[in-house]
Amino acid sequence: MNGHMTIGEIQAGLRSREFSAKELATKALSHAESVNEETNAYLLFSHARALEQAELVDLQIAEGKEPGPLAGVPVAVKDVILTKGVRTTCGSKILERFVPPYDATAVTRLESAGGVIIGKTNCDEFAMGSSNENSAFGPVRNPVALDRVPGGSSGGSAAVVAQGTACVSLGSDTGGSIRQPASFCGVVGVTPTYGRVSRYGLVAFASSLDHIGPFAHNVRDAATLLRVIAGHDALDSTSAAAPVPDYLAALDGNVRGVKLGVPKEYFKDATGETAGLVERAIEVLRLEGAEIHEISLPSTDYAVDTYYVLSTAEASSNLARYDGVRYTTRSPHSDTLSDMYRNTRGENFGAEVKRRIMLGTYVLSHGYYDAYYLKAQKVRALITRDFTDAFRSVDAILAPVSPFPAFKLGEKVNDPMQMYLSDIYTVTGSLAGIPCMSVPCGLTTDGLPVGLQILCNHFDESRMFRIADAFERIVK
Amino acid sequence: MKITEKEVRYVADLANLKLSELEIAQVAHNLDEILAHMDRLGEINTDGVEPMAQVLYDAPETATLRDDVPRPPLGNDAALANAPLAGAGYFKVPRVIER
Repeated sequence: MNGHMTIGEIQAGLRSREFSAKELATKALSHAESVNEETNAYLLFSHARALEQAELVDLQIAEGKEPGPLAGVPVAVKDVILTKGVRTTCGSKILERFVPPYDATAVTRLESAGGVIIGKTNCDEFAMGSSNENSAFGPVRNPVALDRVPGGSSGGSAAVVAQGTACVSLGSDTGGSIRQPASFCGVVGVTPTYGRVSRYGLVAFASSLDHIGPFAHNVRDAATLLRVIAGHDALDSTSAAAPVPDYLAALDGNVRGVKLGVPKEYFKDATGETAGLVERAIEVLRLEGAEIHEISLPSTDYAVDTYYVLSTAEASSNLARYDGVRYTTRSPHSDTLSDMYRNTRGENFGAEVKRRIMLGTYVLSHGYYDAYYLKAQKVRALITRDFTDAFRSVDAILAPVSPFPAFKLGEKVNDPMQMYLSDIYTVTGSLAGIPCMSVPCGLTTDGLPVGLQILCNHFDESRMFRIADAFERIVK
Repeated sequence: MKITEKEVRYVADLANLKLSELEIAQVAHNLDEILAHMDRLGEINTDGVEPMAQVLYDAPETATLRDDVPRPPLGNDAALANAPLAGAGYFKVPRVIER
């Protein structure tokens, strides 16, 4: 595909018969394969499935049928999202050969809308990481600066959009895994309201925090993809029944009178250049007629601790299923059932996953449950209350996504606590379950992208997209 | 010290996770630092605050209930397809009972 085509350009090209969906898919696949060595962003290319789907789209067009809002659009899918018959590894050695027996609901919906899945993207093992260095299949390099990380855990899904090897992609976000890589790679990344997109077929990391969401070159394409995958699903009991509005109708470029809150707690640790670019973005929106209000979200300082207690506790339970019985990998050196469990897990999980299983088991264990797990659940309620209170006086909140731009490969890998602290501005929105996104807001003097984070109240994605789109129109 | 190597061994046992001696030392070191940071949670007053286990928003109580209509299940062959060892329609595991 031609580097950075938008969904609209692809649809126009198909309508005018400039190219067919099959031609586009073939070109996209060969381009993506030829440059993958640079970034290691794809773990697998799904040729057969892509070409079959593209032929179906071409047939629908030839028959004069409406092929759907994603017709012919090359899409990449993070390798924690199940694709029937197409290997799904979660970036883990333990699932190296796992071939799912069913599709995730988000995958079914994007294909029903005409989307063409060209491959599965690399990620931190079981989506645990902030740099994509925890993949069992090697790190992803940031296409903007190859000696730097793309962010994590959806680093591959951000990199393929930045690189132009997929038009849009799906990622997953538990504590910032969509917004932070979007910010590091200079693309748009959206974490929808918890429950907005079905988690059916998303391999569970922390069930009360896991989201599926889109990456795209621009706000309009991200909104288009979200609209396709959002909506109630009987296969996920936490999926929300609320109707999905037409997000594109909200993209009118008008932010006059919109009340935007700027939380002072989110500028304390940000490096000068990151804070400066975000402040400039806020000023741009003010000049467009938005009202800027300084606000306070007082519990922010405790969010990282809260997040790592709760997410590791849930992970320790969710990852218990990888025991050598059902999921492809079993240690060959075990005579008893108990040794088989222990050895299979010990030999095949990576260091970060082991660390989190240990931490999660510890905070749930007898004698520590109240002090860590129950306490963190209460602080989660306070963090959520901060947002509920703020949204009584403002329509949206603006903040940095990360305190700093993409860091060098290897820079933080030996210091887990420092790595965890880099999630400080994204875990808050995840804990509250509100929609939040990253939209590019400029480059540092080293040429590294910085993202502006926009957070809105539950199910208020339309307003979030309106603000992001208005900002994008001004700066593009 | 928040956590000793002895406790790390105990937790690894609970988690069914075999760790090498080197890993035990590393995990003890990392968890010690992480737990010391997490102890800050004790500073914040949560008197009378209900613990939050799930994201809550306004919706009717029955919003997530569906009709109880039978659907075809995955099926035995598909469910066993990824098993490292299967036979006669079952997952096979090492012997559990000593003879």
